[in-house]
Amino acid sequence: MVKINGKELDAVGKSVKEYLYSAGYDLMRVAVELNGDIVPKARYADTFLEDGDSVEVVSFVGGG
Amino acid sequence: MVPDKEEWIKALSDRHGAKLQKKISSTVVAVCGLGGLGSNIAIALARSGFGKLILIDCDRVDITNIHRQQYKINQIGMSKTEALLESLKEINPYIEVKIHNAYLNESNAGDILSDANIICEAFDNAECKAMLTNFVLEKMPDKYIVAASGMAGLDSSNLIKTRKVSKRFYLCGDEVSDVGDGLGLVSTRVMLCAAHQAHTVLRITAEEYEV
Repeated sequence: MVKINGKELDAVGKSVKEYLYSAGYDLMRVAVELNGDIVPKARYADTFLEDGDSVEVVSFVGGG
Repeated sequence: MVPDKEEWIKALSDRHGAKLQKKISSTVVAVCGLGGLGSNIAIALARSGFGKLILIDCDRVDITNIHRQQYKINQIGMSKTEALLESLKEINPYIEVKIHNAYLNESNAGDILSDANIICEAFDNAECKAMLTNFVLEKMPDKYIVAASGMAGLDSSNLIKTRKVSKRFYLCGDEVSDVGDGLGLVSTRVMLCAAHQAHTVLRITAEEYEV
C-alpha cells in the first residue's frame, strides 16, 4: 500500500504521473513529495510508487 | 521626527531580544507577487524589523486592487514594486529592498532569488504557484518556501491554517477556496493568509520550525 495524502491506497507499481492522472489532478498545478523529497516534474513518468511509500500531493488553487 | 537607525534597531531589540533581532535584521526574504498576499506580507515583515527584502511583481496598481491590497488611491498607475517600496520606507526607513519589475519564471528565478533565505509564494495564478514551489524545492536546496493556496471567499477564518508539508515547504490557506468560485477575494481573508505566511517567516527565522 502507498500512503497518499494520509490515506492508504493501492497504488504500488504506478508511476507518479499515472497516479496523478488517475486521481484527476491538473499536472500544471501540483507539487509532489515522495517520502519527504520533492519529485522533479521531469521525473513523474519514471518514478514508480513502492509498498510503504508516503506521498504528499499539493494541488494549488488560485488567489492571492 | 524620524528616529536614527540605532534608535530603530534598539526599539526592535528591546522587544525581540538582541539575538533574535539580529537574525530578523539579516534574514533575506523574497516576496513573489505583490497583490493581496504579497503587499500584506511585506508590510508585516517591515514592521517586524526584517531588514532585507526582495520584491517581485510586473503589475501596476489598479483601482480594482485597493479593496484588498496595501496600496493607496494616489498610487494608482504606479508599478506595485515602487508603490510598496514607498510605503515600506515610511514604516521602516532603514529597510534594504531590492525590487524587480519582472514576471518571475523558471529562466529568471535562479538569479532573482539567489540571495534569499526564505521565499514567499504570493502569486494569484495556481500554475505560477506550482511553478515557483517546484522550482525552489528542486533547484534551491538551501532555501525555504512559504506558499499559499486557498483564501478566497467568505468562508470561516478558522479554516485558514499553516501546514508543514516537508522540511523546507510550508503551505498556508484552506487549500480549497479557489478565486474562480463565488465571491472572489475579500480583504480580511487574504490578510489572514498573508499573516500566516509572514508569521511562518518569522518563526523560521527564530528557528521555530514546527507549526
